Amino acid sequence: MTAAGTISQASALASDWPGNFWLHLLVFALIILAFVILTVIILIWLERRLLGRIQVRPGPNRAGPFGLLQPIADVVKILTKEDTVPGWGDRLVFWLAPLVAFVPVLLVFAVVPFWNGALLADLNIGILYVLAVSSVASVGIFMTGWASGNKYSLIGAMRDIAQLISYEIPMMLSLAAVVLVAGSLSLNEIVAAQDVPYILLQPMGFTIFFIAALAEANRTPFDLVEADSEIVAGFNIEYSGMKFAILYLMEYSEVVFIAAIATSLFLGGWRGPFLPPFLWFVIKMFAVFFVLIWIRGTLPRLRIDQVMAFAWKFLLPLALINLVVTGAQVVFWPQAPYWSLVPINVTLLAALLLLWARFFRLGGSRVGI
Amino acid sequence: MLENYGYVALFLLVALLFAAFMLLLPVVLRLFKIVPRKPNPAKNTPFECGMETIGRSWVQFNFRYYFYALLFIALDVMAVFLFPWAVGLRQLGTFGFVAALIFVGIISIGYVYAWRKKALEWK
Repeated sequence: MTAAGTISQASALASDWPGNFWLHLLVFALIILAFVILTVIILIWLERRLLGRIQVRPGPNRAGPFGLLQPIADVVKILTKEDTVPGWGDRLVFWLAPLVAFVPVLLVFAVVPFWNGALLADLNIGILYVLAVSSVASVGIFMTGWASGNKYSLIGAMRDIAQLISYEIPMMLSLAAVVLVAGSLSLNEIVAAQDVPYILLQPMGFTIFFIAALAEANRTPFDLVEADSEIVAGFNIEYSGMKFAILYLMEYSEVVFIAAIATSLFLGGWRGPFLPPFLWFVIKMFAVFFVLIWIRGTLPRLRIDQVMAFAWKFLLPLALINLVVTGAQVVFWPQAPYWSLVPINVTLLAALLLLWARFFRLGGSRVGI
Repeated sequence: MLENYGYVALFLLVALLFAAFMLLLPVVLRLFKIVPRKPNPAKNTPFECGMETIGRSWVQFNFRYYFYALLFIALDVMAVFLFPWAVGLRQLGTFGFVAALIFVGIISIGYVYAWRKKALEWK
């Protein structure tokens, strides 16, 4: 294992790349906004088409070739919908909630490197920033649930908070293991340090991070927040028109965010042969999207007690063990070659998963709420 | 280094403006009669599956995550302390590793105690 900075710093873009402070801000603010919104639009189309394939139905195929114009049709529809505000709710909070939920998700992309040095702000506390800011979105989701004055919304929002605080800890510990290996908190330096993608050096860290990230972004099988069959649509039930669109955008931006973080921290980010770095970044992100949609098409929804037990009794101990093992490897075997470290860590992952699955039982009885 | 935080703060402003613009777009479109506005009492009541809502939703109800919240605080603080340790472990060496092991061990005792006391069950 090597410390951060094996790729020469000289090849990186300057920290105020196009020239000066304001130009840098303008260019990257536009890049980030365009990137997030375009990716979300493509992701929504991809998800509907792929889910259609998985469920043996065509999916959207009327608007344009392969239904490619479907997102535009959706935007037109949403812009002409009535913006209802429930009479029983809290109007001010109801208006503010989409803003509070959406802005933090957008802010996270400030530290995601698109290629070497091409990021808005190369914070030296990158990962802590990502973890701190992304959690704020939950406040927004709770505000939607509370302000709607609807019982389903409130239950959905409560579930979101419970789920978030449970999965936050395994996620943080798995990312701490990545920091141990890379020796840096800055996302760009972590990408530069990945001579071998960390999915191979940290297979357990990746597994834990991926599951926890699914839960944080409320994706199936952890989408209890909006469980359609029990609490109808959960937190966004009373929303319509543009406010609903922002909440929808927020959910898919979270998916883009976890794909971007997984790509940067575990899949080698912008690094790769032949193709330009930015293209590698996008390709890896779409590979993550594909897996996410595949999971959604395959797994059923879990129950709340199962979700909580899984976080606290399964993921958390494994994350702690992973952290200690990684720390021991870094301290006692700093010069370990990759060809010995990768098989050891993969074997450890398989052994621990099998062991834990043997004496861990999810509750089978009936539960309330 | 400090200018990076300037970027983040200004980007926060940009993101806020962007979201506010999107939120206020229907308000403007309503003036042009593109977005309709026809409220009625039935439409303004909270959605319920086929029946009228009984009582408000802002009541005390038992949601069972207090134990989790308490444990979360302890473990979250531990995780935050572990990040600076993780960055500098190569320099800290064996001493730093053992120290963190003891630190994590102390928190783990509390975690195992909570597990044994069945605080982690969703009853």
